[in-house]
Amino acid sequence: MLRDLANRSMIVTLCAAALCAAACKKADNAAGGGSAASGGSGGATAASAGGGDKVVIGVMTDMSGPYADLAGKGSEVAARMAVEDFGGKVAGLPIEVIAADHQNKPDIGSSLAREWYDTKGVDVIVDVPTSSVALAIAEITRTKNKVFLVSGAGTSDLTGKACSPNTIHWTYDTWALSNAAGREIIKNGGDTWFFLTVDYAFGAALERDASKVVEQMGGKVLGDVKHPLNAQDFSSFLLQAQASKAKIIGLANAGKDTINSIKQAAEFGIMSKGQKMAGLLTFITDVNALGLPAAQGLILSESFYWDRDDGTRAWSKKFAAKHDGEMPTMVQAGVYSAVTHYLKALAELKSAKDGKAVVDKMKALPVDDALFGKGTIDPNGRNRHSMYVYEVKKPEESKAKWDYYKLIREVPADQAFRAPADSECPMLTK
Amino acid sequence: MGSITLQALYPQLLIGLINGAAYALLSLGLSIIFGLLNVINFAHGALYMLGAFVTWGLLHYAGIPYWGALILAPLAVGAVGVVLERTLLHRLYRLDPLYNLLLTFGVALILQGLFQMKFGSSGEPYDIPAQLAASRDVGFMMLPVYRGWVLIVSLVVCLTTWYVTERTRLGSYLRAATENPGLVQAFGINVPRMITVTYGLGVAIAGLAGVLAAPTVNVSPEMGSELIIVVFAVVVIGGMGSIMGSIVTGFALGLVEGMTKVFYPPASNTVVFALMALVLLIRPAGLFGKAP
Amino acid sequence: MTTAPSTSRARRWPVEYTVFAVMTALLVLAPLVVYSVTLMQCLCLALFACAFNLLIGYVGLLSFGHAMFLGAAGYAAAHAAKVWGLTPELAILFGTACAGVIGLVVGWLAIRRQGIYFSMITLGLAQMFFFFCKQADFTHGEDSIQAVPRGHLFGLINLDNDLVMYGFVLLVFLIGFSVIYRVIHSPFGAVLTAIRENETRTTSLGYNPDHYKLIAFVLSAALAGTAGATKVIALQVASLTDVEWQTSGAVVLMTLIGGLGRYTGPVVGAFFVAILEHYLAETRGLVPVIEGAVFVVFVLLFRQGLIGGLSNLLKLPL
Repeated sequence: MLRDLANRSMIVTLCAAALCAAACKKADNAAGGGSAASGGSGGATAASAGGGDKVVIGVMTDMSGPYADLAGKGSEVAARMAVEDFGGKVAGLPIEVIAADHQNKPDIGSSLAREWYDTKGVDVIVDVPTSSVALAIAEITRTKNKVFLVSGAGTSDLTGKACSPNTIHWTYDTWALSNAAGREIIKNGGDTWFFLTVDYAFGAALERDASKVVEQMGGKVLGDVKHPLNAQDFSSFLLQAQASKAKIIGLANAGKDTINSIKQAAEFGIMSKGQKMAGLLTFITDVNALGLPAAQGLILSESFYWDRDDGTRAWSKKFAAKHDGEMPTMVQAGVYSAVTHYLKALAELKSAKDGKAVVDKMKALPVDDALFGKGTIDPNGRNRHSMYVYEVKKPEESKAKWDYYKLIREVPADQAFRAPADSECPMLTK
Repeated sequence: MGSITLQALYPQLLIGLINGAAYALLSLGLSIIFGLLNVINFAHGALYMLGAFVTWGLLHYAGIPYWGALILAPLAVGAVGVVLERTLLHRLYRLDPLYNLLLTFGVALILQGLFQMKFGSSGEPYDIPAQLAASRDVGFMMLPVYRGWVLIVSLVVCLTTWYVTERTRLGSYLRAATENPGLVQAFGINVPRMITVTYGLGVAIAGLAGVLAAPTVNVSPEMGSELIIVVFAVVVIGGMGSIMGSIVTGFALGLVEGMTKVFYPPASNTVVFALMALVLLIRPAGLFGKAP
Repeated sequence: MTTAPSTSRARRWPVEYTVFAVMTALLVLAPLVVYSVTLMQCLCLALFACAFNLLIGYVGLLSFGHAMFLGAAGYAAAHAAKVWGLTPELAILFGTACAGVIGLVVGWLAIRRQGIYFSMITLGLAQMFFFFCKQADFTHGEDSIQAVPRGHLFGLINLDNDLVMYGFVLLVFLIGFSVIYRVIHSPFGAVLTAIRENETRTTSLGYNPDHYKLIAFVLSAALAGTAGATKVIALQVASLTDVEWQTSGAVVLMTLIGGLGRYTGPVVGAFFVAILEHYLAETRGLVPVIEGAVFVVFVLLFRQGLIGGLSNLLKLPL
């Protein structure tokens, strides 16, 4: 009997110890910013009142998966730079930046977002390079009335069907990318297309948007092939594209799929036989991973390129010095620009409390920075700025590492993005 | 795709066969390991990735070109395998094979995670060696010479392995040790060493598959994890532990996948699992396996 | 597999009641220290792992496709709650039923095979199911079913408050946990264990092992479904990550860490993994490496899992 009792108390002690350990860990985290968030004793919900004496920026991104290079740690670096350049304080409040890995899982991302908003006093979430996670967080941000600044995710639904008074879509979207590249290519005679489309929602969206442009401008879509995500071998699909005799092969895929399709297209001599390739969602990190011998001649659109002008060069060199010598992608530059504009709005409002008010202020203020130039934010949350169509240089044209693009054309802000009236955003029709 | 002419199918079949070569090489190694060690080597995909990274690293850091890597990378991967077997795997032989499956799964996660931290996710470029960079007209298509090279090397390695295990004295020791390790040990053969060597050999073949893949797919940390469960399915369809089964199924799967890519492309990553479920329901031991 | 030491009934009951009471008390108090939504996620994973453990720990069947049931029920419940406007408890029941039906089909096909072949059939079918989920319209592919309403329990209690939701999730978990506990310690459970130990002998005693295995499989699938459906209602999103094979692997990890064939093992394991992932989320891409290392260490050194070890240490059946 006595032994049983002893055993039982041992279990209780062990469990209690475990809980205490968890509580301490939590208290540590909460105390990280050196402020009032009452770890442990006060209860989880009590801590949520913690905001107000500081501004907390949460960078949620992909640290270990397919988007880790184009967003990832670089997005966190960019956010910290923005805060530093702003002076570390806004309206007298200290600014704190925290970052986490959403592992591209909507459930992990959404519970993390709730925890940030409810217990860590986070006022704004930035980046989120996975569409499914971004859509989930847009929803949570709306119910909690905070702010969500999307840089990494591409789905144009964020300012369309899923638009929200608490979301601003900063850097690019699938519509803008396919529109910019599509128009320019058709103007230059590329009027027949074949799509290599990843069999996922964003692939379908890219293809749909690009097809519309092609047909509007009098071009023709000759066919498409839908391949599974993370296909290893594209030669079979490329042969089908080749057989279509289309002048342009549109790559409606991303990341490794894009990289491997281009690499294998080079191997099969697709481009040297006269067909051109257009990357509808291709980042400078993809080009870097491919190397110029394979990527040369590829046409793509971006909203930011580090070597565009003196302003972008100066900032990018500062960035590279803090990020293992890697130049920023448009997503990382977008994080910097979005956070800067957010802080400008706070400086006028003097409070981060009401997320919708902050977003309204951001929409009211003109956007102007060295990275994206002048811009405006549409009522559906779309940040409108210029887009640029680039062609990847030949190896002999490139003078240094990261010297990859030559500019074909700038698409001015008013044409670069979807008109709010066409966006099916329910906010606008009300 | 509406109208498919026979003429258009030939290139697809050939490409499928070449892709099948990679499956055959990987499943061959898995099969050898399973046959002798009764270990389901989940780390196989990660070791394939390692082979590709060693190839890239040899060129990038040491300036050793493809032809050197063709020998050195499999050796390096084999050596890693020997270390793994000696330090970790051999502790668990007496237990349910499940535990070695879980152990190697953990090893795969660690390897992949470390490479991801070091090299990021988009990977590193590796060019086709100049000697093999051209294309040849094979009648119905222009085939890159490198693809033909992959097919030939794979066939040679597969058939040699099959010959060694089925037709030589060494192979008969191996097979005997699979059946009755105690007896073989009693004949004065060092069975533990043989097991170590076999594991090393199995993963060295995976390393070789990595070298062959490096110029055609970007060398990236996840390249193995996407392949590994497909290769599992190949081994199961062929019959666990049957070497000929793995080889034939590997190539056959390439063909089936190639056809799927023409007629219903989105399913081309899934068709193997449908096949596996079907085969297991009809022939539980796989196409070439002995009844359990 | 590890076998839990058999203890006399007289000794077992008071200890297990105590364990149950302590666990319940801890879970009731937990929201005071840990964020409630994180806890909900942990509880759903814990129930998922318990359901999985019913198969691996007590029947000796390693399913490598259990995410299929978690995800299927999640999609079913999300659709029922969002499109048909069902109340949360009905949506969860509907999800559970769907998982049960799929479990019946998959189980019927899979239990004819043993060992690794069983695992491979479940993996194959789960991959086909993943493909189906990606293609089907109602799942919205990788965009996921977003903004699933939590709704009003029985049409009355608003679940939008996190603490109320937590209470409900805890209730579902405790019911599921008790069902599994009852099954394991019933005559039915005794037959299952007998099948695991020696199938031939069990057959000769007049039991049809296939019937028992199939019932256990369906039960496990349905309970995994309950976990998946509850998770979707609590987190308000149903996504492809719940059906992918990595999730099937994760549940093996949780169960292994907690202790195979220990009735409290999966709970501890699930909490351990979820909390690990949660805190590692704020580190830089270390998640896979540390998870892999945990796998290796547990397989090599602590095959009985945390609870197995604790149980031996305390000489108590946990």
